Amino acid sequence: MRWIWIDRFAEFESGRRAVAIKNVSLAEEHLHDHFPGYPVVPASLMIEGMAQTAGILVGEARNFAEKVILAKVQRARFEHEVRPGDQLTYEATIERIDDAAAYTVGRVCCNGKPMGEVDIVFSHIDQNLSGLEFPEENFVFTEDFKSLLRTYHIDHR
Amino acid sequence: MPLSREDVFAKVKEVLVDALGVDEDEVNEKATLTGDLGAESIDFLDIVFRLEKTFGIKIPRGELFPDDILNNPEYVENGKMTAAGLMQLKQTMPHADFTDFERDPDVGKMPNLFTVKTIVNYVAAKVA
Repeated sequence: MRWIWIDRFAEFESGRRAVAIKNVSLAEEHLHDHFPGYPVVPASLMIEGMAQTAGILVGEARNFAEKVILAKVQRARFEHEVRPGDQLTYEATIERIDDAAAYTVGRVCCNGKPMGEVDIVFSHIDQNLSGLEFPEENFVFTEDFKSLLRTYHIDHR
Repeated sequence: MPLSREDVFAKVKEVLVDALGVDEDEVNEKATLTGDLGAESIDFLDIVFRLEKTFGIKIPRGELFPDDILNNPEYVENGKMTAAGLMQLKQTMPHADFTDFERDPDVGKMPNLFTVKTIVNYVAAKVA
């Protein structure tokens, strides 16, 4: 299973800002259950879409050397439902990044119109949670994941 | 004009309400961040970030919330902080109230040193 909730990057400014696009399609299995006869995109998956957009932005800022984990959804607000055929745009901006963590603010648009906000705190977990040790290999940005990035043309660094 | 302690408290309260999703009336100076306000480890990073932004100050890592002191074997013995550890901690955290912790320096109770008042003291000294 591929847990990927963005289709491509439309803009990518290293260490600063990224814009990703997600086209919502009725071919997505879950929309038939959420809800039968009334498909709407679950808010949780829009948060995930923003987390992927912002997470890749944050990871790339440190050349994917850090394990970037979503630590906290600081704020998530959506103004209306999103239906099949709609196009979502996730615009993530790094407000701050340091050794321990990164903070992003995000704006969600539906068919070009602002419709929500998702702000996220990411942890660079190797630098945190004093005393705890994590596997050496980067299990967030795996090789599989990096190959996906190549399709987004942002692995050139 | 320097901020009064009341101003600092009001802004710290705002920061904690936003960062922890608590109600305004839960935030009093005695409230402990983890025990009373339900803060988790990541919240400490978030709080530091928001304080920096709100007050336009720089908070070096470990200055407001020291996190490495327990890793030093000289400072902890049988789950209690040693006299040397306590001295070190007091030096590191002049903004904290050690009255209760000194009576029972159980390291499990160390989070109780992190109260709203601790933050207000720290920020007030920083912006003075």
